[in-house]
Amino acid sequence: MNRFSVFFITIFLVFQPYLQAYSTNPKEFIAELVGEAITTLSDKSLSVEEKSKFIEKIALENVDINALGLYTLGELRKTSDKNDVSRYQEAFEKYFLKSLTSRLTDYSSSKFEVINSDQKSANYTIINSKVLPEDGNPEIKIDWRIYTKNPDKPLIRDLIVEGLSLARTQKEEFSSILSSNNNDINVLISKLEEFISE
Amino acid sequence: MISKKIAPILFCLVIAYISLDKAKASEECFENVSRSIFKFNMVFDNIILEPIAKGYNKLPNPIKIGTSNFTSNIATLLSIPNALLQGNFSQLGHTTGSVIVNSTVGILGLFNPAEKMGLKPHKEDVGQTLGTYGMGPGCYYVLPILGPTTARDTIGMIADTFVDPFAHITIREKELMGVSGNDLDYFSVKGTTAVDFRADNITTFQSLEKNSIDLYSSFKSIYLQNRENKINNSLGDQDDWGSLDN
Repeated sequence: MNRFSVFFITIFLVFQPYLQAYSTNPKEFIAELVGEAITTLSDKSLSVEEKSKFIEKIALENVDINALGLYTLGELRKTSDKNDVSRYQEAFEKYFLKSLTSRLTDYSSSKFEVINSDQKSANYTIINSKVLPEDGNPEIKIDWRIYTKNPDKPLIRDLIVEGLSLARTQKEEFSSILSSNNNDINVLISKLEEFISE
Repeated sequence: MISKKIAPILFCLVIAYISLDKAKASEECFENVSRSIFKFNMVFDNIILEPIAKGYNKLPNPIKIGTSNFTSNIATLLSIPNALLQGNFSQLGHTTGSVIVNSTVGILGLFNPAEKMGLKPHKEDVGQTLGTYGMGPGCYYVLPILGPTTARDTIGMIADTFVDPFAHITIREKELMGVSGNDLDYFSVKGTTAVDFRADNITTFQSLEKNSIDLYSSFKSIYLQNRENKINNSLGDQDDWGSLDN
């Protein structure tokens, strides 16, 4: 075996967990994705930084952050200047990743179970699941809105925790900021940047 | 002087008047005042409720579970008249059965054998009942200590004290099946319910506080979504993604 082969095999083995592709079936996609996330986040040998990197990576690959950003901007996405929307998208992605990593790095061990799958249309499937915390707290129902327009690459667009949509909550939070600032997208971008730099 | 009986009715009429003018829940009655009250509530939470909830969380699990079951069983009493008012006879069976089983076999509600028997009572109040009758939420505002509400839910909250059997025997000082109590019993149970709820949601509150850029709006959105779901007796799945098919 030549040196190059050894090098590539080593690279593959080191990065193998990160090269793993999830199933294209929405139900299996969620089961595999969350299963891997639970294993990684409950691994006590990993540092907070390593866990943060892992969360960022799976979020960038499996969450439709671009669409989520546009959704949370509301109707303003149609009337705002394209450059402003693009700046907003950039700030939103950083905001989303920072907020997500802050929520998940303190993760405590839980059991996860996919219960059902409900195809709403060609573009959307809702996956019903439940989380059973191991500390004895009551189970939590989580529904996942999966965007399936590209059947080869399902993407998560929303999480509905006990009936509360995280995307809708975010949208209404942004809407409030915008409406008290004359719908000025720049104010929202500044608030997001402020959060990112904190 | 306005009598004690007329005061709540007058208050309801004022609230109804406010809600007629502002029909959508997303609209605010007096946002600046609500934001100030929200800030006050957050200070109250930081100084009083959160520390008590943290202390409560340190109690042994059986005590916490027992307390939670006890307050939940008392809260289910309010669901009985509301299930009846909603004409939901299946829920009426579940709530009545749950209260009877838990109050007897479950030793005054400290245990929850009803759940093991498959009884699943929903928490129903007059605000939800009015919602099922088609009454809109009216405008949104925040009350001191009690927190987020809408015009409809405020009317409901006052009406609750008239239909709730527990309120009947405590704050109304009436006797029901040989049982009676006083104001202190009522407010002790309500206070314990609030502490139990706050203790269950310590991490959720911390996460919200840490990650919201407008905490007031996050709470508003969560409150309104939760009430919508409770009225519809479902875990909402609102599809308002529209044409976002990029």
